[in-house]
Formats: sequence, structure tokens, C-alpha cells
Amino acid sequence: MNAAVSTDELTDWLRMMTLIRGFEERVKNLFSQGLVRGTTHLATGQEAVAVGASAALQPDDWVLGTYRGHHHALARGMSPASAFAEILGRSTGVCRGKGGSMHLTDVSHGVMGSYAIVGAHLPIAVGCAWSSKIQDLGRVAVCFFGDGTTTIGAFHEAVNLAAVWKLPAIFVCENNRYSEYTPIDQVSPVAHAAADRAAGYGIPGVVIDGNDVAAIRDAVDVAADRARRGAGPTIVEAETYRHGGHSRADPATYRPEQEVEHWLQRDPVAAVRRQLEATAEPGRAEQVETEASDQLDRALEEALAAPEPDLSTLTDDVYARAL
Amino acid sequence: MTVMNYRKAIAEGIGRALRSDQRVVFLGEDVGAAGGAFKSTVGLYEEFGPDRVWDTPISEQAIVGAAMGAAMTGLRPIAEIMFTDFLGVCWDMVANQVAKARYMSGGQLEVPLVIRAHGGAGLGFGAQHSQTWENLLMSIPGIKVAAPSTPRDVIGLLAAAVADPDPVILLEHKALFDAKEDVPDEPFLEPLGSASIRRTGDDLTLVALSAMVPVAVQAAATLEAEHGISAEVIDLRSVTPTDTATLLQSVERTSRLMTVEENPRPCGWGAEIASIVAEEGFTFLDAPIQRVTSANVPVPFAANLEHATIPNADTVVKAVLSYS
Ligand SMILES: Cc1ncc(C[n+]2csc(CCOP(=O)(O)OP(=O)(O)O)c2C)c(N)n1
Ligand SMILES: [Mg+2]
Repeated sequence: MNAAVSTDELTDWLRMMTLIRGFEERVKNLFSQGLVRGTTHLATGQEAVAVGASAALQPDDWVLGTYRGHHHALARGMSPASAFAEILGRSTGVCRGKGGSMHLTDVSHGVMGSYAIVGAHLPIAVGCAWSSKIQDLGRVAVCFFGDGTTTIGAFHEAVNLAAVWKLPAIFVCENNRYSEYTPIDQVSPVAHAAADRAAGYGIPGVVIDGNDVAAIRDAVDVAADRARRGAGPTIVEAETYRHGGHSRADPATYRPEQEVEHWLQRDPVAAVRRQLEATAEPGRAEQVETEASDQLDRALEEALAAPEPDLSTLTDDVYARAL
Repeated sequence: MTVMNYRKAIAEGIGRALRSDQRVVFLGEDVGAAGGAFKSTVGLYEEFGPDRVWDTPISEQAIVGAAMGAAMTGLRPIAEIMFTDFLGVCWDMVANQVAKARYMSGGQLEVPLVIRAHGGAGLGFGAQHSQTWENLLMSIPGIKVAAPSTPRDVIGLLAAAVADPDPVILLEHKALFDAKEDVPDEPFLEPLGSASIRRTGDDLTLVALSAMVPVAVQAAATLEAEHGISAEVIDLRSVTPTDTATLLQSVERTSRLMTVEENPRPCGWGAEIASIVAEEGFTFLDAPIQRVTSANVPVPFAANLEHATIPNADTVVKAVLSYS
């Protein structure tokens, strides 16, 4: 644990981690009540990766994530009300109800899309980084993806291109050990599915504790520094775990009980809470949690009160101007 | 006969193929130990084991590419692409490799493989998990393309696909998983390129595919009961090859044709059907051919928007009533 973490930082982290945890819990409830259509992929257990990476980024940096992406969007500052509304298919949703849970996008906070085709966003993130380089914007593009994503061609093409063009991209692998239901070691021949590949592309690959916010912040900080210097991309592999199933009602029975238990003991939210309690005045953690919970309740109420999109909007945004 | 739902029929059809032909292997993401992302392949891994049922990495190009290589060298692979939309990831394999190998090699190479994918909208899966691409696939020479609407056809068309010397793509529809039907216990196949008349009628022909078949059948029932209009419903079943004979015979009797398509309008499969009937059955027609299609938008997430996008029985009835 990095000594240089201030109480204020810990407070911010706990606030955001609690917000994400509570957000996902509410989404899960909404889903089981039949209020969320289709599918959802929760990030419960993986909050630290999003919060740690965001702590290292500038407001105008870009992030691209996946269908399991509520945490990235919230950590970057997306309003919980507009995120809830999107997931509920309401007109006030951040994508006006067109995207849904898998496609949260908030350009005003640098959230350049959540992508539901595995691997697709890695080359796109590389394009953002390329654009930053061409336009000399000094921005980095961070791409969050899962361990299973290292088995698709797009991963390798993207990393290679970013490396050979020395682009300001950071590839953050959230290694939660599973694709949908398949353990990563059954589909990847190397121990660290993402980081071990870095050597093959001549770039740094680091493996860190993905449940340690400070460790992630520090690793992304180093990577961002390298990126902004024009030295090229980095692969950061954060070892973490999803507390629940892959999606929807997946009971995740394919995971050994001791493994689940081991990771529940290493809950990232509880870890930050302990750190804060050790340094802050008594009651600070509870206060942060109450505030986050109240904020979520208000946001959800607002989202639930919002109307469905007007049918007249159906054909909006297919093109810039209707044909 | 055994009553079976569409979801179960998928595993049943694959199981029958694996049982009856040792050359058949089955591969895809989470199809084995997990029983499939939709639980549509439950039991196969347990029955046939890891030498016949292969769990792959998330590697659509490698799945279809490997299936192609295996098909060229004596096996009969069935490859699963979890969602039709993911065919986009391996479009090169499908459109440039699998489809063209026989032709470009002057008939030396043969690619007898089956690719199955789960497609279709209506369930809130959003724009990248809800598409129907029969029309795109139909425009590529060298592959056959079918889309079963019933459990019996899931099994019968798969049997025909596995037996076929050419690559066949079968598009199953997620919204049909719970549809039930009696299926024969003994081996049978439903030939590719043969449409099925789901309801007979005299006043108009509705041609539908996949999840639009029950929609058309329901519309036909309403038209009969409430408006005295007798609609014939043809389930096209395969778009390549197309059963033009059944179509033309029907239109010869009814003199009116309407297609019911889940794809957006431009270049939907119904446009091809309309063109065939306009060319070969023009004199049968008493009115212009009509097409009911999805709105020309990516499939939206919000419930009301998605439902407004896809045709339903009401929209078909309304279209028929305004069709004179
Ligand atoms: C091209 C493609 N193939 C398959 C899928 C289906 N799918 C969705 S998530 C997923 C697992 C991804 O695993 P990983 O990269 O580890 O991410 P995680 O879900 O663990 O965050 C799969 C196979 C998809 N969305 N896109
Ligand atoms: Mg994973």
C-alpha cells in the first residue's frame, strides 16, 4: 500500500467505491424485479480497477470499456441518475434509452463508449490514442477489457499497432479469471493472459493487485506518464474477481467455493474502508456511505420517474440529419 | 413423437448429428461444460466428451477458420457463433474463405461445415446483440442460409445442413426458444430450399421467416376472424436456396403478396422475394407487392422503442387492411 495516500483521497475513493457497489446492487434488484430488459453485467468486486485508474487520469483523458462497464462510467463522473435511466430504458438516459446497460457512453466525461462485441474497443481506443498524438492533445486513451479478451485477434492487432506507433494508450486488463463461464487458464497458455503478451510487442506489461486502489493508480500513473512522453503503450493487468455471475441470473456455480471465499475476503471496498478508518476521524466512513446511498436513492427515484423515450425519437441519431 | 421446445431441439439436433456421424465435431464458446450461453447445448459435453464437443476461447475467426480447415480435411464441424451479430468479427472467414473455397479451387476444395448462430430482436439485448442477418448472408454466393421457426425445423434443417456438401449457416432466433412442438423420434431431415405452408388461404400470401412466422400466423388468424380475409402463410425456412416454386404457386392462387421481415427494409430478404415474384409471377398479381419490415434503425434498447421497431401481428394486420 502506497504511503502517499491522503485521508482526502481515501475519502474520495470510498465514496466512489460505495457508489459503484450500491449502484450495482440496485441494478441487480431492478433486474430481478423485471425492470431491466435483456441482460446486465455487474462489476461488483471490480470497483477498485475503475476507481484507481480514474485517480491517475486527467479529466480530458478518454476511457473505453465493455458491457461490464457501469463502474468505469461512474468512476469517470457519469451521473448515476442518467446511468440508471439508461439501464431502465428511459428518455433521460445518458444515451436517451437507445443503448442500455451494455452501452453506457458519456462523452462529456471522456467515456467514449461501452462496447459489447468482445475486443472491438481495443483498436478503437488505439485510434483515440493515435488521434491524440496526431493532434498533439496530450491525452491518453485507456481501454478496459477482460482476461478472456486476450484470446481474440483484435487484442493482438491493437496492442501491436499501439506499440509500433508509440501511441498514448493504456491497456488495462481486469483479470477476473473467467470469460463467461470458462476459466482463463483453459483458454490461455500463459499465466498472465494480458501482461505476458507485452514482451512480444516490446512494451511494458505489469501485473498488479486489482483490488488495491493505490496499486492501480500508481501503475496507471506510470503508464500515463510513459504515454504522454511519447514512449508508447503499457499493458496493466489487474487481478480481481467478480463477486457474482457473468450476467443476469448466472449463479456462477462453475467457480470453486474456496476460490469465491478467498476473493470475498479480499473485498476492495472493505479494504479502502479499513484504510480510511485507520486514518480519519471516527464516523467519516459511515458518513461517506450514507451520503453515497442517499445520492443513489435520489438518482434512482429520478430515473424511475422519467418517461419512456418518445416514439418520435425512434429514428433520431441514425444519421446526423434524417435522410 | 416427443414434445420439445426450440431451445432443447437445438441440443437434440446437434446430439443426433454427433451420434449418427463420427465425422461431426461441435465447437464454440461455452458450448460444452457450461451448456451454452443460452443453455441450448446442455448435455452434449456430458454425452460426447471433449473429443467431440470443444470449448473454444473467444476467437470467432479461429472458430470458423478451424471449422473450415477441418471440413476441408474430412470432418463435418458444427461451429456455434453465440450471437448472429458476432459473425461480424469473422466476416472474412464467412464471406471470403468459407463461401469461396470450392469455387476458387475449381471444385477441388469442399467445405461441408455448419455455422449456427442465435439472432434476432425483441428481448432488450441492444443494438449489438439483436440483429437478423439472413439478408446479408443471402447475398454471398457459395453458402446456404436457413432460419428455423419451429423445434421440428431446428432438428430437420440441422440434419440437412450436416448432410450437405456445402457450407450452411443456420440462424436460430432467441425469441423462439420456448416454442413447443412434437418432433419425430426417428431420424428425419427437412430439405434446404423447401418452404413450408403454415396456414392455407386464398386472398393473400404472407411470406415470413424465423420469428416473423408466428407473427404472420397470428395476423392471419386475426384477419380471418375479424375481417374475413383468408391469408396463406409461407415459412420460407431457407433463403438460400429459395423455394420459388412454392411461392409462385401460392401467389398464382392468391394474387397478392406481402413479406414480413425482421430486418430493416433496405435489401431485406423480402426485396429479393418481391423481385423474383415481380419477374416470374407478374401476371398472377392483382396488386403491388407489399413489404412489412423493421424500422431502418439499429435495434434500440428501450422497450417501447424496440417494440415499435419490429413488426408484430398488429402491424401486419394494419398493413393488410390498408393494402388493396
Ligand atoms: C466477439 C464476441 N464473442 C463473444 C461474446 C460473448 N461474450 C460476452 S462477454 C464474454 C466473456 C468475456 O470475458 P472477459 O474478456 O474476461 O470479460 P469479463 O466478462 O470477465 O469482464 C463473452 C464470450 C461477445 N460479446 N463478443
Ligand atoms: Mg473475465
